[in-house]
Amino acid sequence: MTLLDYVLLLPLAAFLISLVLPNDNPANLRRFTLGASIVVFLASLSLIGPFWFASPRGWVFETNLPWISSPVIRYHVALDGLSLWLVLLTTLLTPIAVLCSWKYIDSRVKQFHAFLLLLEFGLIGVFVSLDLFLFYAFWEICLVPMYFLIGVWGHERRIYAAVKFFLYTMAGSVLMLAAIIFIYNRAGTFDYTRILANLSSGALRFTRVEEFWLFLAFFFAFAIKVPLFPLHTWLPDAHVEAPTAGSIMLASVMLKMGTYGLLRYCVVLFPRAARENAGWIAVLAIVGIVYGALVAMVQPNMKKLVAYSSVSHLGFVVLGIFSFTQAGFDGAVYQMLNHGISTGALFLLVGFLYERTHSLDISAYGGVATPAPKLATVFMITMLASIGLPTLNNFIGEYLVLQGVATVNMQWTSFAALGVILSACYMLWLYQRVFLGKTHEHASHPMFDLSPREWAAALPLLVMMVWMGIFSQSFLPPVSSVNAQILARSRTSLEMQVQRRETGPRLIIASLENLFRAR
Amino acid sequence: MPDNFLPTGVEYLRFLPEIILTVVGALIMLIEGMAGDRPRRAASGTLAILAIVLAIGASIAAGAHPGYAFSNMLIVDGFATFFRVLVLVVALLTVLISFQYLDREHASAGDFFALILFSVTGQCVMAAANELIMIFIGLEISSIATYVLAGFLRDDKRNNEAAIKYFLLGSFATAFFLYGIAWIYGVTGTTNLSQIRYALLSQDISSNYVLIGVAAALMMVGFAFKVSAAPFQIWAPDVYQGAPAPVSAFMSAGPKAAAFAIFVRVYMTAFQPLSSRWEPFVWASALLTMVVGNFAALTQTNIKRMLAYSSIANAGYVMVAIATHSEIGAAAVMFYLAAYALMNVGAFAVVTHFSRQGERYVEIEDLAGLAWKQPVTAGLFTIFLLSFVGVPLTAGFFGKFYIFKAALDGGFTWLAILGLLNSAVAAFYYIRILVVMYMKEPGEAAADLQPLAPGVGIALWGSAIGTLVLGIFPSLILNYARASTVFGH
Repeated sequence: MTLLDYVLLLPLAAFLISLVLPNDNPANLRRFTLGASIVVFLASLSLIGPFWFASPRGWVFETNLPWISSPVIRYHVALDGLSLWLVLLTTLLTPIAVLCSWKYIDSRVKQFHAFLLLLEFGLIGVFVSLDLFLFYAFWEICLVPMYFLIGVWGHERRIYAAVKFFLYTMAGSVLMLAAIIFIYNRAGTFDYTRILANLSSGALRFTRVEEFWLFLAFFFAFAIKVPLFPLHTWLPDAHVEAPTAGSIMLASVMLKMGTYGLLRYCVVLFPRAARENAGWIAVLAIVGIVYGALVAMVQPNMKKLVAYSSVSHLGFVVLGIFSFTQAGFDGAVYQMLNHGISTGALFLLVGFLYERTHSLDISAYGGVATPAPKLATVFMITMLASIGLPTLNNFIGEYLVLQGVATVNMQWTSFAALGVILSACYMLWLYQRVFLGKTHEHASHPMFDLSPREWAAALPLLVMMVWMGIFSQSFLPPVSSVNAQILARSRTSLEMQVQRRETGPRLIIASLENLFRAR
Repeated sequence: MPDNFLPTGVEYLRFLPEIILTVVGALIMLIEGMAGDRPRRAASGTLAILAIVLAIGASIAAGAHPGYAFSNMLIVDGFATFFRVLVLVVALLTVLISFQYLDREHASAGDFFALILFSVTGQCVMAAANELIMIFIGLEISSIATYVLAGFLRDDKRNNEAAIKYFLLGSFATAFFLYGIAWIYGVTGTTNLSQIRYALLSQDISSNYVLIGVAAALMMVGFAFKVSAAPFQIWAPDVYQGAPAPVSAFMSAGPKAAAFAIFVRVYMTAFQPLSSRWEPFVWASALLTMVVGNFAALTQTNIKRMLAYSSIANAGYVMVAIATHSEIGAAAVMFYLAAYALMNVGAFAVVTHFSRQGERYVEIEDLAGLAWKQPVTAGLFTIFLLSFVGVPLTAGFFGKFYIFKAALDGGFTWLAILGLLNSAVAAFYYIRILVVMYMKEPGEAAADLQPLAPGVGIALWGSAIGTLVLGIFPSLILNYARASTVFGH
């Protein structure tokens, strides 16, 4: 048992304990869940240890145990610079999600917190699995608690949103499962590191057509999760209907499952297909950036606005990944973390507003800054971070992505930069309408400032925004070293490539012929 | 010709499960007759449980001495032992959930348990049969008892409808099957499975090709009916909906598993030489069954009917594995049927518990707010439903995983992809139940819900734990299944 195993299994243990805790005292359940998630967070902090002074090459905290004998599936988990911060993001946001549900959730408290812990377990599992099968198992496990979080504790149209969320993700992941089985049949293993070794040694080789379809199967599953335009339609529904804690976990961590998958699996396992398809994917990402920003601008609902801004921000991440540059990769990963922090904070603050007035409509607000100046200040810092103001976190991520993309394609850069400008428009306009101007009288719902509990939830995120904005060097080195390896691997396979480029339609026809011949 | 027709001791051991079940079944009938009007529910039920547990022990003991019995009429191998234990476990769970049900419906009980025992005897014979006549006898023992069970509450008109439909269509199917046996006997001169195989391999079959094709087709019609595979699935929804809920649980798991067992055995031994000929038919039937089952289930409002269509769809997945006619496919069939039996009986146990007297509450909407009223029952039901959907760490997930892996291994890429997409469609109607249970306010139906009866509780917890254990340690069964799918050709 390494430290990582404890970080992974503690939430599971807490989940099992929470199932048998008595139901009659909700306060105890909340305290238990908060305590457990804080313990997990503290334990996960010590994972930074090996990355503190130098960036270790390869995997740390590796555990590789047999689980199922046929087909050979192993419990193989480990950490590298890429997964480290995503694990920490998960463990940081779970206690915050518990805190923001303290008053918000008052029915079926036990089930709510149990699902939250199960979700944490699944999310950490996704980021640390090194066995394709294990990865898929965690990927699917995450679906169940989130489905319940949206469906049971959400707003009016929660059932529609929950079912849509479940079916979208399910449809994407079954094809990934088929691809995973196909890889197993070829490689004889689900083990990620062994598949990589076989790929580099040439022991495992996919034909061009196979690689294209495998890439597509993985990509489709990840693109739904990200979500990449035009597969994003589940996201606004899910966010608007989810309770605050659900929105936070969904936006901050679950969407990263998709981008993490793109970088960890799509780019690395199918380097040739990834590069060949980078063009249209980048275009979709840019469309997502601009479209998401434009749609966000006209939303009357705060949560929907933040949700569409996520579509826009995640477009940057995908664009960075498919630029195949060091800066692009680094920016993409950094942007994953930034988005987790700043959008998580936005959803948190919107949730605070909702708890006060029970409305998500922007038009129901106005002049909130007068009765609640601290809330307004915190919201402003978060908003500025989200826009990408220098010295706050998003700036660095967006800058790196744009720099990386600029070395590849200047046009892409200019269109993507449009997204930054648009984000300033919708965010500032939102801030102006909600916090400034004439105060709306809420006779039944008086507006009040941040409570200590709310401070406790918001403060860690604020600190992270500033820290990540100023001292990016505390975070980037381990990420960069992993990205450099991924990039090197992708380049090598590019050089190995000797075949002539085939055009898209011919590739599809050839692959269809192949499949029928195989039958 | 053996010198001596008297069976040896070990041959009796290999037939011991059936002997125990028959004797105790007859005993229950006797007790029932002598008891007069006083109901002997508890005594008969306990006796039945005892008999089934003993029979499980006997099956395992017999499995330790594999071989033939009664002039090669029976074969006890790993495959037979697996299916014997499986159908016996299904019978055990059924008996457990029937106690409360029979009480509730004021039904005389003894003959119910006797019928279960007789039916499961037939299924054990099917699992171990090594020649077509034995298969037929097993099929008839199992079917006739099940026909009666389907109409057990004889004053209930839906029960009557279910029984008569099941009986008429079932008789047709067995007639087809019997006719197929006659043709095969005509062509090859034997009913023994391995001898049929030798005959098909050795003799010049080109002249008899039509005869053999017709025989195999006739038998396939019979099998397809028994496993409710399209296009012979029409009976299933009406019968499952009309029959008493515990009987539906039993029918959709036990006889179906036994029918699949003989399906696999006959087509993997006797008709193995013709696999390239029958494979496209199984392929097409598998696809059709999945599509018909899943899409029809989408629109159902009655939970029993929905589970019936889901059972059809699940038969389709199993057919996918059979179409691969590989050993890994057969192992996948075994695993899936075990997983399916647990989750399906579990689901029907919840329906039994919830439906109340006269099965008043069997609409999906009636389950509204079950999670508020009885979180534990709802939680266990959730495990079964997630297993149906195929969420990892449940038995259903590994069942599907092994089936589609077998399909991809065998080069059935399109069938695997279509099957996987089908299972994504299926997710919709299973999670609809979750929606109703967890996300709707409790309705009138949940108001006067009694706590779980002990029998139902044991069955529910047992199948839920089984579902999770198979989902976390699938090797427990899969290794056994893979070792026992090497048929003695």
